[in-house]
Amino acid sequence: MIILTINGREVEAIEGSTILEAARENGIEIPTLCYHEALEPYGSCRLCVVELATPRGPRLVASCVYPAEEGAVVKTDSEMVQRSRRMTVELLLASAPHAKVIQELAAEMGVQEPRVSLGDNDCILCGLCVRACREIVGANAISLVNRGFSKEVSPPFEIGSNACIGCTTCVFICPTGAIKLEDVLANRSVHRWASDFEATACKICGDHYLAPEFAAEVEQPLDAKGV
Amino acid sequence: MTMVRTPEELESLKQKLLAAREPDKPRVSVCCGTGCRVHGSMDVIEAFRQEIDKRNLNGDISVVGTGCHGFCEKGPVVVLKPSGVFYQRVGLGDVPEIVSETVLNGAVIDRLTYVDPASGAKVVYEEDVPFYRKQQRLVLDLNGDIDPTNIEDYIAFGGYAALGKALHQMKPEGVIEEVVESGLRGRGGAGFPAGIKWRLCREADGDTKYIICNADEGDPGAYMDRSIMEGNPHRVVEGMIIGAWAIGAHEGYVYIRNEYPLAVENLRIAIGQAQEYGFLGHDILGSGFDFSIHIRPGSGAFVCGEETALMASIEDRIGEPRPRPPYPAERGLWGKPTNINNVETWANVPIVIDRGGELYSQIGTDKSKGTKIFSVVGNINNTGLVEVPMGTTLSEIVYDIGGGVPGGKECKAVQLGGPSGGCLPREHFDVPIDFESLQELGAIMGSGGMVVCDEDTCMVEFARYFMDFVQQESCGKCVPCRLGTRAMLEVLTRITQGEGQEGDIEYLEELAKQIRESSLCGLGQTAPNPVLSTIRYFRDEYEAHIRDKHCPAHVCRALIHYSVDPEKCTGCGRCLRNCPAEAISGAKKEPHNIDQEKCIKCGSCYELCKFDAIVVE
Repeated sequence: MIILTINGREVEAIEGSTILEAARENGIEIPTLCYHEALEPYGSCRLCVVELATPRGPRLVASCVYPAEEGAVVKTDSEMVQRSRRMTVELLLASAPHAKVIQELAAEMGVQEPRVSLGDNDCILCGLCVRACREIVGANAISLVNRGFSKEVSPPFEIGSNACIGCTTCVFICPTGAIKLEDVLANRSVHRWASDFEATACKICGDHYLAPEFAAEVEQPLDAKGV
Repeated sequence: MTMVRTPEELESLKQKLLAAREPDKPRVSVCCGTGCRVHGSMDVIEAFRQEIDKRNLNGDISVVGTGCHGFCEKGPVVVLKPSGVFYQRVGLGDVPEIVSETVLNGAVIDRLTYVDPASGAKVVYEEDVPFYRKQQRLVLDLNGDIDPTNIEDYIAFGGYAALGKALHQMKPEGVIEEVVESGLRGRGGAGFPAGIKWRLCREADGDTKYIICNADEGDPGAYMDRSIMEGNPHRVVEGMIIGAWAIGAHEGYVYIRNEYPLAVENLRIAIGQAQEYGFLGHDILGSGFDFSIHIRPGSGAFVCGEETALMASIEDRIGEPRPRPPYPAERGLWGKPTNINNVETWANVPIVIDRGGELYSQIGTDKSKGTKIFSVVGNINNTGLVEVPMGTTLSEIVYDIGGGVPGGKECKAVQLGGPSGGCLPREHFDVPIDFESLQELGAIMGSGGMVVCDEDTCMVEFARYFMDFVQQESCGKCVPCRLGTRAMLEVLTRITQGEGQEGDIEYLEELAKQIRESSLCGLGQTAPNPVLSTIRYFRDEYEAHIRDKHCPAHVCRALIHYSVDPEKCTGCGRCLRNCPAEAISGAKKEPHNIDQEKCIKCGSCYELCKFDAIVVE
């Protein structure tokens, strides 16, 4: 165990944990968007920034990826932190004005109307869908492509791909609802990737609920997958 | 095949090569750097070869195609050795005369000599050209002498001797101490002490370690590293071998821009030759040390110059930076301890080892040692590559070496360090350039790009250009960089379009602060610098755009209009005939008139008028 100071309080943390993990372990809440405890941290949304004291003065670090170090002095809610989070949320609101989770964060932090408009795209590129598809599902059906403002999540060559097994993990992990699942009778489609499946019906109620590609994946014994 | 197995064999090879060179034998050195190639130097060198062949002088005169001499403005550049006669803008037709008159008869051809624009005097010898006189060429010293594709040229000038010294007379720790003592700092931008970085990597746990040469030079207008690799690739290779031995690495990578075909080619040739001669591969110079270098061409993303993105790209992953710690010295390429330096830093290593750290540290300022190469571009008379000791002032570079601004205009500012750097106005031109002084003034040394702006440059538009560049080149991973730079671009664009609002400057400053503080990597953390430095020094220009809807430099199209001065207009009709928008009317020999509704503000009337009768406001 190591000891660090968060918001003036000495807390214990497991060696090798991040500041975010140390804080949450000790009941200190830090807002996040691109973090999910089942996935490798990515450090992209910058909402989880905290103020870290260094010999050269305070600096902001992303708590989801920054290691909790012995003797570190951290503030999770200082003026510096709040200003940064407000700007991050204002920028997100400027680019995803209709995303509910962003609207809620903005309201919580007192962010008003953004001072510029940066389009209207619910996808905030947090990368949760990509990481879930790779790390949990193992399908690697989608990836981040292009760069800068043109960056997006896409299947290979931006066309529907049979690497997608229709498991819909991406749909459920997406924090903004940018990935839509549509079930029309037996036709199940994950619109963002233009993936279409003939869903299997439930033997009892008759509802179509499962893509057979997904079922086949689930039916594989774990040892065949090297788990 | 000449395998060199010991430092003694290297020395005797060097002596043999020197003896064969005959220093008094006439040599024609033609610059074949990219700049001179664009001016036609490959045809010029071929013409020299044919002319010499025609006159049966093959044994008497040698011709060497070298790397960049630096004076790109005047290409193709030809220097005749041993006399040092310097000819500029040499054309195919000049070649027979140069051979018959200068090489064979020692007569100087007046029309090809350089004329100093300041004094009007003709300058015959290379060493007297003001552009070269104030330079101290430590890294570029051999660029005008050696054929970069011939390892024996490099060896004849003492190449690979520093490697022999390191491997046989020093311990790895001793090499590191020498580099620490030299005060050599990374030339890629941040200026971290190279020796300390090496020590961290040497001391890191792990048997497998890597070194990397960052040759992904991407700042607009910067071509220092390119010219080193094109003109003297062996010096980079030698620096890497010495570094690898000191750190304990057996494999190295050069991550190089694929847009630099000549640099890639010359480097490949150099690596091949170094293998052939025994400087790379197994048991280098009989020391028992093994080392090899791989070339990894980049795919054109600016962000891959950032070290963690660069390593991701070498590993065939998306070129996205990752958070540090862990630093590369601890966990770098494929998770192994890795040391990254850029081309110019590696090229300095043989010089440090050759001279010794103490002697090297006598060059430069208190905290910034050695020389720095700058590519001086923009509104400057002598566009080119300039190598000066640290501590040289901007005014020495711009005026004494660069020859000042063309057209008798005033110099307004110099942008240092590319899109991560800042603009310095004239009042700071006398500050000695080193890492600390530039940072205090809001600029950075960067990798050495220097863009000179004349009085007709709009600083808001200039800042907008750089912001446009970084927002396109941001990898897009983190929010402050992807969206923040885009927001800054939106605001700058509306200001230059006359739609700026009160509070825009403050909003830019606020965005800049947050992007700096919370971006993931160096690209985002430094991206606001051009905007912050122009606000700091040229705030009045921003205010004029926003409040008065006026662009003081008459650059921003939405804020200017063209009109005709009836006193000066002779009614010649030149503007009328050439106006693409048919916005100009008027009878012959009568003052003309511009229809502001139709005018598209292309400026062609302004350019074409011989009587200065077009007014911009």
